[in-house]
Amino acid sequence: MTRITKPALDVVSIRSDFPILEQEVHGKPLVYLDNAATSQKPRPVIDAISRFYANTNANVHRGVHTLSVRSTELYEGAREKSRAFVNAAEAAEIVFVRGTTEAINLVANSFGAARVRAGDEVVISAMEHHSNIVPWQMLCQRSGAKLRVIPIDRHGEIKLDEYRKLLNERTRIVAVSHVSNSLGTVNPVDEIISLAHERGVPVLIDGAQAVPHFRVDVRALDADFYAFSGHKMFGPTGAGVLYARKSLLESLPPYQGGGDMIASVTFEKTTYNVLPHRFEAGTPDIAAVVGLGAAIDYVHALGYDAIESYENELVAYAVDALSRVPGVTLVGTPTHRVGVVSFTVEGVHPHDAGMILDHEGIAIRAGHHCTQPVMDFFEVPATNRASFAFYNTRAEVDRLVAALAKVREVFGS
Amino acid sequence: MSDMRELYQDVILDHHKHPRNFGRLANANRRAEGFNPLCGDRVTVYAHIDGSAIRDLSFEGSGCAICMASASVMTDSLMGKSVDEADRLFVEFHDLVTGESAQTPDLDALGKLAVFMGVREFPVRVKCATLPWHALRAALKDSEKAVTTE
Ligand SMILES: Cc1ncc(COP(=O)(O)O)c(C=O)c1O
Repeated sequence: MTRITKPALDVVSIRSDFPILEQEVHGKPLVYLDNAATSQKPRPVIDAISRFYANTNANVHRGVHTLSVRSTELYEGAREKSRAFVNAAEAAEIVFVRGTTEAINLVANSFGAARVRAGDEVVISAMEHHSNIVPWQMLCQRSGAKLRVIPIDRHGEIKLDEYRKLLNERTRIVAVSHVSNSLGTVNPVDEIISLAHERGVPVLIDGAQAVPHFRVDVRALDADFYAFSGHKMFGPTGAGVLYARKSLLESLPPYQGGGDMIASVTFEKTTYNVLPHRFEAGTPDIAAVVGLGAAIDYVHALGYDAIESYENELVAYAVDALSRVPGVTLVGTPTHRVGVVSFTVEGVHPHDAGMILDHEGIAIRAGHHCTQPVMDFFEVPATNRASFAFYNTRAEVDRLVAALAKVREVFGS
Repeated sequence: MSDMRELYQDVILDHHKHPRNFGRLANANRRAEGFNPLCGDRVTVYAHIDGSAIRDLSFEGSGCAICMASASVMTDSLMGKSVDEADRLFVEFHDLVTGESAQTPDLDALGKLAVFMGVREFPVRVKCATLPWHALRAALKDSEKAVTTE
């Protein structure tokens, strides 16, 4: 019997798909480790966008002319790709939005208006990105509902027993991230969802940092809402997805009013369009949606199995290497981690470290990563964050480690 | 790395590690806070003003080396000066770190503050260096409001 081995990633050839990675910064080959902020784009995505503008551009759903029909086909084709991408039952459950932030605002507004009243409760976690905090805070201010926060532990993991205690008959919705953008923690969202469902409470999952790294199946998770941004998964900025269970989406009022979301308009009465168009008012970022479709194709061609096993090995290598650097302390030590390693350097503010690393050609993020409550919890003003994609290599981790020695050298520590 | 050492001069690193005049000022009659929401740098400047004289100065806060060292050197340099002199030095310092002025900086007047000259090569760090000065100016104007760099 011959054993069939899974195809490994050919990272050299993958890197040649990403033109931006070829450049030098401050005279050194670029090491791009800020993927959690936004990922780089492969040639097929860049080409899909320029081909769209060069050959196809027309508005969608508006014309009988050939270009409009083609443009609509590409746009709706990307919707079908997105449906398959998260394994939704129907394309009508895929709403195109600008990104995760807009997806969450849509749900906080529409679901909030329909279902959340004074005295009700909204549950989030202590590790959320500001975009999964502020829209809910605004909803609570408008409605008189209360925001309840699931605490995290010293490793940066959600305290599930505390979560159980927070759920009650006043809970209207739970909103948590699949993966933390500042700690890398992969949350047990299947358990979080099933506990909420036991009480009939719907759950929104912020998947911004999940889809770049592993396969997501919204039906297996039984998620009610699932949000992600195209630009963090190798697509362009300007297009993201809100998956929403059809039965829920049908019951929600529209988010924004305008063209495309209506069936008919008179000054007396407007009837709304069918799903998902009811939630897509105005001309969308058509080219970005087309680019998102190309990004999905690109990820599928590599295969999530190969991506996952390569990245797991790479991130484990980075965690190990960074934790051996004198003066470096990891912030967040979750058992199940993808993509992100946050750390501090003793005596050196992340702003200073980030700048010295930049002079070594290394791009990391220094700051609070839009998660100020996480920084407060760990009692740090900011962290250094290295975040990875499948085009990063062990050699790049080694460059980071060597550059951190320079940081300490400059600071004489 | 050499250009990094031009920014992170020994004097700057020394003031970062051993900040002078750090802590709350017991007899302060002016106080203002500066905050940079972009990077989280936060400085509170305390001053004891007697007529037009700056009798005592101190600061508290947390932030990057440039910001903390700037606050430290600033409080050291302005102690005992007049409010008008502080205003003049602010303009000199601002020109020094931005490199915007056509005139060459008056290094004699600036004294130790001149170590921040390297900042002009790094435009994203100008706000780090000037944050304590903005807080000081707010304190001298007796405005209790927090100033931000945004
Ligand atoms: C976990 C998480 N949620 C939400 C967002 C917001 O995404 P976007 O800015 O694309 O709307 C981000 C991106 O920074 C994120 O990392």
